[in-house]
Formats: sequence, C-alpha cells, structure tokens
Amino acid sequence: MIPAAFSYARADSVDEAVALLVEHGDDAKLLAGGHSLLPLMKLRLATPSVLVDVGRLEDLAFVRDDGDTVAIGGLTRHRDVEHDPLLREHAPLLAAAAGEVGDPQVRHRGTLGGSLAHGDPASDLPAVVLALRGDIVVCGRAGERVIAADDFFRGFLETALAPDEIITEVRVPKTGDTGWAFEKFNRRAQDWAIVGVAAIGGATPGVALVNMGDRPVRAAAVEAALRDGASVADASALAGDDTDPPSDLNASPDYRRHLARVLVRRALATTALGGDHR
Amino acid sequence: MEMQEPTPVVPVAITVNGVDTEHDVEARTLLVHYLREIVGLTGTNVGCDSTSCGACTVLLDGDSVKSCTVLAAQADGRAVTTIEGLADGDELHPMQAAFREHHGLQCGYCTPGMVMAAVSLAHEGGALSDDDVRKGLEGNLCRCTGYHNIVAAVVAGSAEMAGSADMAGSAEMPGSAEMAESGR
Repeated sequence: MIPAAFSYARADSVDEAVALLVEHGDDAKLLAGGHSLLPLMKLRLATPSVLVDVGRLEDLAFVRDDGDTVAIGGLTRHRDVEHDPLLREHAPLLAAAAGEVGDPQVRHRGTLGGSLAHGDPASDLPAVVLALRGDIVVCGRAGERVIAADDFFRGFLETALAPDEIITEVRVPKTGDTGWAFEKFNRRAQDWAIVGVAAIGGATPGVALVNMGDRPVRAAAVEAALRDGASVADASALAGDDTDPPSDLNASPDYRRHLARVLVRRALATTALGGDHR
Repeated sequence: MEMQEPTPVVPVAITVNGVDTEHDVEARTLLVHYLREIVGLTGTNVGCDSTSCGACTVLLDGDSVKSCTVLAAQADGRAVTTIEGLADGDELHPMQAAFREHHGLQCGYCTPGMVMAAVSLAHEGGALSDDDVRKGLEGNLCRCTGYHNIVAAVVAGSAEMAGSADMAGSAEMPGSAEMAESGR
C-alpha cells in the first residue's frame, strides 16, 4: 500500500513548521515519527496534500526537570521516554506506559507529541497524561498556549489543537513514590489495548481509561469514590459508568465495561500498595 | 533561513550498508520500496505492509524500524542497514550464524526482519534472556510459528555479540540489564 501523492517539506524550526501550516491550512499535516499518520495514509483514510516533517526538530526531543513537574519535548520518542532516568524516577507511570506502546520498532519512531496529537482513544499515552493531569504546551500563529489534558481530547481523533499548532512539550507532575499502575488488555502482543487503565494514587487519585469511548476518558466516578474513601472493590465497580465504549470484532461495549471494572480493580490494588508492580 | 516549499519529488541521500545512495523520489516513496526497487536490495521483505509483522525491519541509524512505515524522505541523510549489510564478506554476522546454528527459521520469509530486530535488541540489551527475547521480538511475526528456535537463536546470537567487538560504541545505550536492576 502506498499513500496517495502529497508534497513534502521539512521544517527546520517550530516557526517554520507553523508558517507552513498557516500557508497550507487544512490540507497540511505534521509528520513526526509517522506511526499513526502513515498507516492512515496508506489506507487512504487520511489524504493530506502536504506533509510538514518536523522529525528533525531535535530541540523538541528532551526531558527537563522543572521543579515540581517534568517537561517532555513533543518530539521525544517512546523509547526515550521509557528509558529516561528522570521520568523513571519522577513519572514512572509515563515511562512504563511508553514501554508498552506497540513494539520496539514502533517505539523507535513514535513520539509523545505525535501520540497525543493523533488523539486516538485506543492509544496508551493520552490516557496516561490524562490520569497524571498533565499539561500540553502548543505553539501556533498566535504564540504559545497551555492546554490541560482534560480539555485537550475533544472526540474521535479530535483534539483542541488548531490546524496551525504543534505540540512543543508535555508537562506532568512529579509523582515521586506515589503508587501507580498501567493495565493493558489485548489478545495479541503489540496490539492496541482492547481496554487499558492508567492509574496514579495519592491525595488526588487519577484514573483514566483507554478505548472506552470516542476519546481517552477520565473514570470520574471511580476517582470521586476513591476521594470519599471507597474500597477498591466499590470504586472499581464504577469503572464502566458514564462510558460509551466502541463495539468491534474484539469486544462488545458490555464486555469492555466488564474489562474496565476488572482492570481498574487490579490497577487500584496495585496503586494502593504504593509500589510499582512490574 | 529560507522556508522550504513542499514538493512532490524529494531528493534523498541515504547511506545503505555503508554505500552512499542518492535519488530523486516521489515524496510518498516508502523506505522499503526505496531499498527494494530503487537500490535493488530485495533481502528486506514486505509482509503485512501495515506495521504489524516486522518482515521489513531494517536498522535506521542503528535502531530497528519497520521500513514499510518510514518514508524514504525521513531517512534522508541517515544510515540504513539491511540484512545484506550484516555479513563481513563470507563471514556471517554472529546473529545470522546463530539463526543457522539453531535453525531459527522454517520458510524464511520473516527471517531478515527477525535478524535485524534481534541485532537491534542485542545492541540495546546486551546478552538477552529468553524473556527479553520473547518480549523484545513482539513486533515480529513468524507465521510458521517456529518461535522456539528463533528465541534460542537470538539468545545465543546476543551472547555472541555481547562477547565480541560488535558491542563497541553501543555501551551507552540503556538496556534490559539496567531495567532488571531497577525492579521493573
């Protein structure tokens, strides 16, 4: 399969990427690792006429200690997120989940910013950033703005990113020794999660679900129950509440809700222990 | 700095197995097609053509990638190693030798991708355990399902590589040994 014909330009800076997006509007797409976009283009589910390659913006591949938070550049590859010492110490949920994305070859190419910008409800990292209550920093024609993860995912493959904006960095709070868990259920290695759960403990617990709606979703009922001191069993029983999971050849909506309850229970049991389980 | 205008044809310069190649290609040209049809190296196979099976795995600046999901333009200025670039003359690369020794193949279609993925894995992780290999080769499918011998081959090949000069220059890369220490 070969993508439909398009024109290609390589951006040498964020400003140049934004300028190209402004010039070519909705016809243009940013290309980072390409591991979400190129498969869609090969299937002709996406047919941008211009690709702006931002894959050489080395300045956007970094992990930075910002005091109470860690900032990760938008072009940071999953493999580098997985192995970064700062993230392994201060945001182990993100580092571990990055190591569960796809397979090694995919992790050598895919980027954190690309994964978030794609906004796939079945992707692992959007739910992780949601659970961590991260911030997404974007840059466009009007300059820089910071979007809370809760406001970022708007629908199926839809985000708050404007057509002329690029994700420059992602900020997550340092979670230190707080318990965390990432549960991913699938039938084949390397596959997308049929259902996944990202959970972080602490005073304000965060629980987010993969593939349980048209976008990555926060398990708000579970979080509220936890804040009120509910048991793991009682809180996890609410994991399917207010969700609208997809139906496909892997699972019915009811089965996905069942999986969400089971996986949240496992995640909370792990999180409550205050240690990582892997 | 002058802004680049998007073009439907892109000049690329890719070092393939140590040899400089330069061609003008359609922007949509995939790396696997560049290697097979333009450079003429057909050892890299197209399997699923959808980022699943790993038959098209090559090394891009040393890292395993699925060349059906990389544009030739993305590899511009970089170094690609294919299965044809592993052996030193008549002497097989240690990973190739291990696949032969352990009969790590049946029909052979997945083998080039398996070997390239295994070489990348061994560069990153040193001498690999059975578990390292089973997890690390999750991106490569063998539809003959002959995984047992493949795993045995990669364990042996990685041990051989870890003990040879092949590891030179990759010592700074984080690997599975370090991960095991940190309790993950």
